[in-house]
This record gives sequence, C-alpha cells and structure tokens, in this order.
Amino acid sequence: MEKRVLFRSSWLPYLLVAPQVAVTVIFFFWPASQAIYYAFQLQDAFGLESRFVGLANFQDLFHDDRYFESFKTTAIFSGLVACSGIGISLVLATMADRVVRGALAYKTLLIWPYAVAPAIAGVLWAFIFAPSIGIVTYALQKLGIDWNWIINGDQAMLLVVIASVWKQISYNFLFFLAGLQSIPKSLIEAAAIDGAGPFRRFWTIVFPLLSPTTFFLLVVNIVYAFFDTFGVIDATTQGGPAQATQILVYKVYYDGVKAADLGGSSAQSVILMAIVIALTAVQFRFVERKVQY
Amino acid sequence: MVENRPFLTFVAHAVLIAGVVVVAFPLWVTFVASTLTYEQIANVPMPLWPGDQFLANYGQVLTAGSTKGSAAPVSTMLFNSLVMAVVVAVGKICISIVSAFAVVYFRFPLRRFIFWMIFVTLMLPIEVRIIPTFKVASDLGILDSYLGLTLPLIASATATFLFRQFFMTIPDELAEAARIDGAGPMRFFVDVVLPLSRTNVAALFVILFIFGWNQYLWPLLITGQESMYTVVIGIKRMIVGGDAATEWQLVMATAMLALMPPAAVVILMQKWFVKGLVETEK
Amino acid sequence: MTRKLLQAALVACAFAATGAQAQTEIQWWHSMGGALGDKLNELATQFNKSQGDYKVVPVYKGSYPESMTAAIAAFRAGNAPHILQVFEVGTATMMSAKGAVVPVYKLMKDSDEPFDPKAYLPAVSGYYTDAKGNMLSFPFNSSTVLFYVNKDAFRKAGLDPNKPPKTWKDFSQAAEKLKASGAKCVYTTSWPSWMHVENFSAWHNVPIGTKDNGMGGLDAKFTINSPLHVRHVSMLGDFAKKGWFTYAGRTSQGDAKFTSGECAMFSGSAGAQAGIRKGAKFDWSVNMIPYHDDVKGAPQNSIIGGASLWVMGGKTNNAYKGVAKFFAFLSRPEVQMAWHTGTGYVPITHAAYELTRKSGFYAKDPGAEVAVKQLTNKAPTANSKGLRFGNFVQGREVIEEELESVFAGKKDAKSALDEAVRRGNEVLRKFESANRS
Repeated sequence: MEKRVLFRSSWLPYLLVAPQVAVTVIFFFWPASQAIYYAFQLQDAFGLESRFVGLANFQDLFHDDRYFESFKTTAIFSGLVACSGIGISLVLATMADRVVRGALAYKTLLIWPYAVAPAIAGVLWAFIFAPSIGIVTYALQKLGIDWNWIINGDQAMLLVVIASVWKQISYNFLFFLAGLQSIPKSLIEAAAIDGAGPFRRFWTIVFPLLSPTTFFLLVVNIVYAFFDTFGVIDATTQGGPAQATQILVYKVYYDGVKAADLGGSSAQSVILMAIVIALTAVQFRFVERKVQY
Repeated sequence: MVENRPFLTFVAHAVLIAGVVVVAFPLWVTFVASTLTYEQIANVPMPLWPGDQFLANYGQVLTAGSTKGSAAPVSTMLFNSLVMAVVVAVGKICISIVSAFAVVYFRFPLRRFIFWMIFVTLMLPIEVRIIPTFKVASDLGILDSYLGLTLPLIASATATFLFRQFFMTIPDELAEAARIDGAGPMRFFVDVVLPLSRTNVAALFVILFIFGWNQYLWPLLITGQESMYTVVIGIKRMIVGGDAATEWQLVMATAMLALMPPAAVVILMQKWFVKGLVETEK
Repeated sequence: MTRKLLQAALVACAFAATGAQAQTEIQWWHSMGGALGDKLNELATQFNKSQGDYKVVPVYKGSYPESMTAAIAAFRAGNAPHILQVFEVGTATMMSAKGAVVPVYKLMKDSDEPFDPKAYLPAVSGYYTDAKGNMLSFPFNSSTVLFYVNKDAFRKAGLDPNKPPKTWKDFSQAAEKLKASGAKCVYTTSWPSWMHVENFSAWHNVPIGTKDNGMGGLDAKFTINSPLHVRHVSMLGDFAKKGWFTYAGRTSQGDAKFTSGECAMFSGSAGAQAGIRKGAKFDWSVNMIPYHDDVKGAPQNSIIGGASLWVMGGKTNNAYKGVAKFFAFLSRPEVQMAWHTGTGYVPITHAAYELTRKSGFYAKDPGAEVAVKQLTNKAPTANSKGLRFGNFVQGREVIEEELESVFAGKKDAKSALDEAVRRGNEVLRKFESANRS
C-alpha cells in the first residue's frame, strides 16, 4: 500500500527520520552488535584483558545443563502464564459481554492492573504470600498447607505465575471483549433460533471466531512472559530457590551484571535474540494474513 | 441479548464480581498495610481493615524514605518517575510521528532500508541487549542522568507503525488540496496531519506514559545515586534492607504511591487507553 | 520550576564552595544503608573537619554486589571512585584486577603514612593479604557469624536459658524440646553458605578449597564435598525435615525471623545485634557457633565477613595522599572503637579491642565481645585464615543453590555437594582463564 500523492524534497525526509535513526543506531544497533562481539570474547570483570575465544562461550552454554534447565523453566513459566491468563480473561470477557447492567463498571474494575509495574505486582503478591507474615500464607496454614516459596520451588513458580497473570489479565480481557463485540449478533441469533444453547453457541460459533484474537494473545503473552516479567521475578524470587524460577532473561541479567561474565551473558543474549526474531516472524506472518482478509 | 436467561445472567454477575474481588484483593491488602504499624503487620494475621497510621507512613516515605534501607524520599522518586514517563512518552511520539510522516509522504532512496531498520527494533526488547546498552550509556557519560534514563528507551518501532498505519488512512485528496494551495510538506504536516492525529497521539500517550512509568530493568542499572531513583526502583531498594527487617508498612505506602498515577491515567482516560492498547498492538 | 531554582542555587553554592578553598575531593562508594550509613557519614565528616586539604564524599551505591557492579562499570567508563567498599566475596576479583586497583600497602608507603599490618587481628588481615604478606585492601567493617538464642523460648521449653547449645549434639537435644514446646520455628540462619559451609569449614579446621582456600593461586578447587561437609549438610537436611530448621533465604532474611520471636535459635552476622537489640521483645543471648565435638581440633576459629576498602587506580598523586591520610585517620584506635561500638562490627585492630575493653563496654554488653573471641579462638591455620576464590560472588550463589535443594528435600547432601564442587570449579576455571596474565 503506497500513497499516490507525495511531496518532493531532497533533504527534508532525511531530516525527519534523523532523530529516530540516530537513537535506533546508538541505542539499538550498536549495542546489539556489541552483544554479538562480546559473545565471542572472554573478558575479566574490569575489561582489562579481553581475548577472542571463538565459540567457547556458546559451547559452555550448551554443555551447561543449567542453561537447559532455564529453557525448561522459561517454557513452563510462559506456558502457565499464557494459558491461565488467556483462560481466565476469556471467561471474564464472555461474562462481561453478556451482562448489560454494570458492564462499564466491571470493565473499569478489571483493567487497572495493567497500570501496575511488574516489579510492584511482584512486591504486592510476595507480601500477601510472604512466608511468615503473609495474609494468604496464614489462611493456607489454617487449611494445613505449608507455604514457603523461599525454599519450595514449585510454590515459588506458582507465586511468579500468579503475579504475572494478575497483571496481564486486563490486557487479554480488553482484546477478548473487543473481539466478542465485533461478532455479528445476527449469527448468534440465527443459532439461537436453531435451538443451540448458550454453551453450544460459544463452542461452535463464538470461540472459532475468536481464534485469531486468541492466537494473537498467545504470542503476545509468551513475549510478555519472556521479557516483561523480569521485574516480577527480580522483586520476588530472584530466580530462586535453586534456580526454580530462573527464566532466560533473568539469567542474562544475572550472569552479565551480578556474575560479571560478559561473554557468557552476551552469548545468551544472542541466542535470545534469535528466539525473539523467530517469535516476531510468526506474529508478523499472522498479522499479514489478517490484514489480507 | 439474544434471549433472557436470568440464571446465566446471575452467573455472569457472580463470576465478574468474583473476578473483580480477586483482582482488587492485593490492592486492598496493600492499602491496609500502608496504614498500619510494623508491629500490626508482623503480628500474624494482620488486620484487614485500615489502621490509623496513614498520615504517619505516607508522610515518612514522602519526606524521608525508609529508615532502614534506602533513605531517599519518595517525593523525589515520584518526580523522577514523572519526568521519565513524560519524556519517554513525548519523545517517542515526537520522533515517531515525524519519521512516519517522512516514510509515508516522501519517496527517497534508503526509504525501505530505514523502514526496515526501524521495524527490526520491534523484535529486540531492551532486556535482551541490556549489558551492551549499559556500556554505551556509560561510554556516553549519561549514567545517573535524566538523559540516560530516557533516551535509550525512546527508540521503538511501535509508535512509528501506528502513525504509519494511520497516515495511510488519511485521504489523498487532502494532500492534493494542500499541494494545489501551494502548501509545503511541513505546512501540510502542521495544519492537516497533526490535528487529525490528535486522538491517536492521546491514545499513544496513555500507553507510553504507563510504559515509561513502569520501567524497571533499565533504571535499575543506570541509576546509582538515590537522587535519581524512580519510584519502582525505590521500592526494590527499600526491600533489600541489609541486616534489618523490611519495613512493610513503608514499602506498601510507597507501592500505593507508585501505582496510583498510572492507574489513575488508565481509569480516567479509559477511552483513549483502550484505543491505544488495541491499536499499538495491531 | 522550584526544582530548577533549587538546582541553580545548588550550583551556585557548589561554585562558592570550590572558590573558597581548593579542596581535593575523594569519592567513596559504599553500601552502608540506614543507621550504618549515618555512622559512616559521621566518620567522613569527622575527617573532613580534622583537616582542610581533602574532602571525603561518601556515596551510597546500593547493596554490595550493586556497588561493585557500578564501580566496575564506572571503571570501564573511566570515572571510578577513589575508594570502593567491597564485600569479602569480591576480594579475589579485586585482587586479580591489577591495574584497576592500588594496593593499600603501596599507597601507604608512597605517602609516608604509618601502616602496620600486624596491628590488625590476624583473622582480619589474613583475609586481605597476598601470598607475599602485603596487605592489598584496607579492612573496614568486619563481622563474623554468631549463634543467637531466645532465652524466653528456652525457658518455655524447660531448657536452661544460660546453657546455650555448644555442640551440634546439644543443639539436637535443645531442638527436640523446643519443637515439643510448640515453637513455631526452632532454628533459622542468615547467609547459609557463609555459616554452614565457609565458617563451618574454618571452625572445624577443614579446607573449603585447595591451595589454602584459594589464597595460594587461581588454580584452586573446591573441597566442600568431604565426608564432614556431607555429614553436616545432611544433618541440616534432616533438621529441615523434622521441622527443626526453617530456611529463610540466602542473605539476611533470617535476622527478622529471630528478632520477631518466631525462631528460637538463629545464626547470623555479628552486625545483626544492633537490629535485634532494637527490635526484640524477649530475653536473648549471643554465643559462639556450635561445633561437632568428635572432630579433632574443633573449634578452631571462625572467619570474617563484611567488607574492606579498595583504592581504585588512575587517580592523581595528590588524591592518593588524601586517601592515605583518610586511612590513617580510620586506623586510629578511638575512631575504630567508635565504629565498633556504634555498629556491632568487630574491632579490627588489637589496639581498638584493648581500648574498648578498658572502657568497660564489654562488661555492660558481653555479647559485643563474643565475635572477637570467636575470631581469635586459636591462631588461624591455612584452613581458617579466610578464603579467596575467583568470582566467589557467583561461586557462593552456586553453593546456596545446592544447599537449597538439600533443604527442600530434593537432593541428598552428597550429590548436592558434589554438584556444588563441580559447578563451583567451573566458575573458578572460567575466572582463571579470564585472568591469565
């Protein structure tokens, strides 16, 4: 799609794109290329010595079962975040689409968590679930459940999933609601006249029509779980206990910043970049197709 | 409504109310905790009804921070967060709207190249290239400054794409008319494109304001001095209280202060927020 | 607007100040938050008042790892501080960064300031001295791990509150009774690796790693999977299973659990005393850490934690003169004593210890002396002088992770410690290879 009407100038367009290009080159391309460069280097913490080591950093990673653990953790984490987040939001959106009275109030009350920073979401939930003073911990103890995510890896995972999903529900909810409202009412009415009950109508008509939205949200939620949840994890479990919640992004940060292993961290960055590019390509193809029809 | 089924409507309300309650529960606990003393919180279970320390706790954090961890006043942090959110939002909008204008309304060599160059940035969130970006910022000597806090985050493709999509929908006749009137491109930009983009700018501003306010990893790395902390970082610093117990009542008061501004923006500007959210992600 | 005015005013003030006297500024990055930070600022103010040529400017840079990271980044960007407070596990990293740091012994010699490594407690100076006997950093805040007991909880359990467990055998007996008396948490610890691996090894005179715990060279290997280590960690795993040991986290989270009265026994830093004194609403005592009485030579002496001051390279000679003067000021016994008594950190020179004893401080507060006694229990051996492992920030994290898997009941002690050694050695090899000069 191109404009038919154009302006002509030999210098103006360059001037207009210059700020964007400058910022992109300085803070995007240059660091990204540095990441690739560092990935082949071994450096001491102070950068006093630096040596080309070829693929050694990558080899180390692929011999490190911890790195594969981290992949597994990331997969489990993003799977849980995406599926439960989408599931809960779909239920809420379907209900909100049904009610007439109070619809706006419900919507308002459900969307505000989007505004909460992931790190703060983490702090809130960590406080509620705090091993000794948490209010929910207390309730769980009354039910005979011993809750201590400081040492129990599964509980730690559950905590970061809850905090991450809580923050993302509003986003999914809005998209589902928009999707639901764009389904022609005549379709539903026709089905109702044919005698299909509300549940059948949902599964045979509504859900299939929502599938593009669902797929889109799946990709967005996975990307969210991959990157944006860094704050949740850093504010709560910091990857622990025993790496139970150490997702890939956290490991890049930890190895690079705290463990001062620039080479290893950069090698991980390069691998992550490849993953995101793949994910974005999937998303992009999907978006293209949607645009076409 | 297709048909009237009172029971299902009842279920819908019940589910929604349950959802609202579960979603709001952490906020309520946070608010209550921010009005209690430390002893009341530590004495399990803490009460679920506000106490009388509201003024004491909020006064303490706003003027003096926590007593055990970081002692930077939260009012300074809120100011820093505000600067960061506004500069990031305005900066992104400014550089995106002009570059989108150039890409849509001009034909020039390198146009495709630049377009793709901007597009690629969509793929790599700052978390992935965090260490080298930090190095660049330190080489430029902009650590611990507002410039360092905001400038690296201004590079993003999302806004450029939104504006590009929108400009595509502006009828060609308008540009034609402008050209016949002898108006140059910048005149057209100022008189026609900008006014038409108003709602898009507003919608985008809401989303980007929240994006900027909630930044975590970047300010965490780049701010060393307490005077440059944003409020999200400040909370984290209060929790790592060294040898002392975390003063949860103060942390919770700070959390409330940190989440109120963006939450207010979302709720008060709901229409634009929803529009911005749905359109930026398309 | 007001902010702009304020900034303008500040700038004006700064100009006025520099105009008035040509002082050399000395940047000091540290990690002492809250009350400790106030004490530290007092030291700087005192020094600044005592002379007019130099001005020490303390800057709080977050936690230990954070300030170290910040300083490394600043060094790479060419604007490192003059003085950097580095925690003990960062020692090897700093030592290997030749060119990035100026050794303290050299700094003091070049500036003709008095400096005698023998003035320091051996457990302190040994930690920061290289193989040739030269002290490379300036000891500042040293602590060690101590064993705290809630006397009220002991009374409730029918135990003698004045007989805290001396050995791990005593500990088990006390734990059983405490548990039976309904204690919510019997025992917890802060800094698990520091307490149960590093200090445990020194206290029982067994090595943590080869090459004199890494002090003899970068090619050291961890040896923390010895039968004694396995026995101790597996004992802790058992305690966890029986509900005698509640894990609190990798850093100082245990402190709060003891202070709140939740846990009856606790091992944590000597520096925790100040907080406990302020917060505890019960009768408590501070004691030496327990040992296994069937191990020959135990108890030996414990090792220090805390931090020392490193001087960063690339500054002017004049500034270094000021740093040396500041260090000489910090070594004065009365300054040391004020820091020790005000913070709970260990007195690090013999003279300061004597001075504090003579002042009658310990008679009033016997707990303050336990740390010194434990550090000087016996003359340090190669196993109890300290440790120096490359990138131990990461190495310790590896140990913590493996300990967590034992306490969570996911692994047995033997395989966890074997794994800790294997992974820890990988960290050491990587450091060795990056610092090969």
